[in-house]
Amino acid sequence: MATVAGHPETPLIEPVDRGEGLGHSIVRALSHAPLTILLAFIGVMWLVPTLGLFFTSLLPASVISSEGWWTIFSTPSNATLENYRNIFSDEAITSALLTTVWISIGSTILPIIVAALAAYAFAWMDFPGRDWLFIGVIAMIVVPIQMALIPIFSLYDRVHLFDTLAGLILFHTAFGLPLAIFLLRNFFVGIPGELLEAARIDGASEIRIFTRLILPLSWPAIASLAIFQFLWTWNDLIVALSLARSTQPITVAIFTQLRQFGANIEIIAPAAFLSLTIPLVVFFAFQRYFVQGLLAGSVK
Amino acid sequence: MTDSSITAEPPNQGAPPTADEAGADPGRRRRFLVALGFLAPALVFLGVWIVYPTVYTVVRSFYDRSGDAFVGLDNYGTLFTTDILLTAIRNNAIWVLVVPAVVTAIGLVFGVLTERIRWSVAFKTAVFMPMAISMFAAGVIWHIMYTQDPSQGTINAAVRVVSDAVNPPGVLSGAAPSGDDLRGSAAQGYRLQGELKAGEVAHLGLTRIPASEVKDGVQAVVPATVEGGITGVVWRDFKPGGGGTAGEVEDGEVGIPGVTLRLTDASGAEVATATSGADGVFTFPDVGDASYRLGIASETFRESYGGVSWLGPRLITPAIIIAYIWVWAGFAMVVIAAGLAAIPRDVLEAARTDGATEWQVFRRVTAPLLAPVLSVVFITMIINVLKVFDIVLSVAPPSVQDDANVIALAMWRTSFGGVNDFGLGSAIAVFLFLLVIPVLLLNVRRFRREA
Repeated sequence: MATVAGHPETPLIEPVDRGEGLGHSIVRALSHAPLTILLAFIGVMWLVPTLGLFFTSLLPASVISSEGWWTIFSTPSNATLENYRNIFSDEAITSALLTTVWISIGSTILPIIVAALAAYAFAWMDFPGRDWLFIGVIAMIVVPIQMALIPIFSLYDRVHLFDTLAGLILFHTAFGLPLAIFLLRNFFVGIPGELLEAARIDGASEIRIFTRLILPLSWPAIASLAIFQFLWTWNDLIVALSLARSTQPITVAIFTQLRQFGANIEIIAPAAFLSLTIPLVVFFAFQRYFVQGLLAGSVK
Repeated sequence: MTDSSITAEPPNQGAPPTADEAGADPGRRRRFLVALGFLAPALVFLGVWIVYPTVYTVVRSFYDRSGDAFVGLDNYGTLFTTDILLTAIRNNAIWVLVVPAVVTAIGLVFGVLTERIRWSVAFKTAVFMPMAISMFAAGVIWHIMYTQDPSQGTINAAVRVVSDAVNPPGVLSGAAPSGDDLRGSAAQGYRLQGELKAGEVAHLGLTRIPASEVKDGVQAVVPATVEGGITGVVWRDFKPGGGGTAGEVEDGEVGIPGVTLRLTDASGAEVATATSGADGVFTFPDVGDASYRLGIASETFRESYGGVSWLGPRLITPAIIIAYIWVWAGFAMVVIAAGLAAIPRDVLEAARTDGATEWQVFRRVTAPLLAPVLSVVFITMIINVLKVFDIVLSVAPPSVQDDANVIALAMWRTSFGGVNDFGLGSAIAVFLFLLVIPVLLLNVRRFRREA
């Protein structure tokens, strides 16, 4: 049984002398000004790459091809929104962004609905083979996407789902399901059984219990899951690269640019920055759920 | 208690009670059908997109490229005998050996240190932020960071600051003597042909110097002789506008400041060095009676730091690994920090009251209690690293992708990236699948123990 606190076999610390050990002095020295400075330095270092991309995206091609982005501080007059204007008038980039939006929305809503239904059955219904089926679902959590690419490519080719939004959304839905079912089922079993009993005795149908009781009570879990699924599909490259050609999400559009000889940094940098603004907004707006989902789902 | 303590599992485990276990047959049947109705969509998705493909891929891996001929284990033989595929396996082994350990260690250090500062939220946000960015975009970011030219690439620019501080670059990038009494090369330094004695004045004329390199220079001056010493001038022997005479210091010709001059004795040993001023004048005072040779030291021509070829074939894997660690350190930090926060305060306090030092508290109390969390992070990272794909594709330029290859990338390139061999591609996918199966079993076992 997993519990958060109260480990009974806590190793008892051996009594020790009160001498100023080496470790103690190190920790104490570190815990003041030097530690603050060190961490501030590391924190800034961690931001530099992302900021670098942002500043690069503001510089005209003529400048980037000879200078680094940091020269924007010495000559701020170089900064321009020209690159952004250009990619917004670039049909390939704008339609790719739109494709990404559609894929992400579809691949977030659909798996959550399907997973919630299944998770409810796994949590609160009794049927033969339930536990084995659930173990199967858990096993599928780590199956690499690569295992499905070739067969699904062939299948899509035959049923005309290749290079379609639907094909990509269905694929993302399937591969999002195992973890979603696992997490939601674990959340659902934590809902007090008396509530369900009461509802069943009152004659509520299962679907009614599901929509009126389970879903409203579970929205924190669903929110975490939705954020993860959204980011995961927004950031996908390999699925779209393998199962589509002209239905390009933004990652594939940038990849295509990157592959060209003499890569077009004035397109790549703003497009890449644009592609990560939505995830960053989602991240900052829903940080709490993001972290919760991460803590719950670190098995994938 | 070796299982994960941080998953969001509710305490209620196993089968929740059902209303009437021994109910009438029609009721059971109906409930079964209802359950099936709830499960059906998920089962269809899992069946069509995961179970069927998995079986198909395994079968397909025993067939040739076109899928017509059964070739047994041939594809697996190819996998372990083809150079770029072996590179992929070797690289992935490096990834597995390095990344989980480093990410877990960094996460632990950050997790512990942030407990001690007040603005930990800001720090955690900064480090965690890359998690929201796609692996692919992170790769693009680092691809730009790794640009070789230090005046463009962030990493090499930072290295150059350090490198130029240790080995200052020379004042001249290239130059040639204006007369034939000065011989040598930029790499070796130039030497004046004749010998010099105290009281003489040396003329060292150089040409082929861009004006930008002597912008601090002023009108060159031929210095007066110094008793007991050797003086001289090193200047840009080029008169803007033309009409100058080689070897003579004329109006409009500037001195070259910062040139390192070396005086050597008959045996070739260094006696003294001097540096020229803005007017190109240098002085070696009190040199004694002997004859000397004078030369311009090669430091004068030392090139500025040229940058590490991060995106070249040799460093590409370490370069991608650094980018990958940048992304995942935040994950490890947040999960480990949550684990730290869950450790009961009173246990730590008790240890401290008993006289344990902070280090002992960490090693004897915190670390053991944290072990399950650390193992979750470690295992998660192993899985992630085995599947690493996007970031390799975006950091590595196409020309070095053979050198940066990893299994997931090899599978994609073999199947979709031009080779289009579905037989070999399937074999690589199965190989990848086999590598994650231990983790799959671990997950299942963990669940069954909890149930």
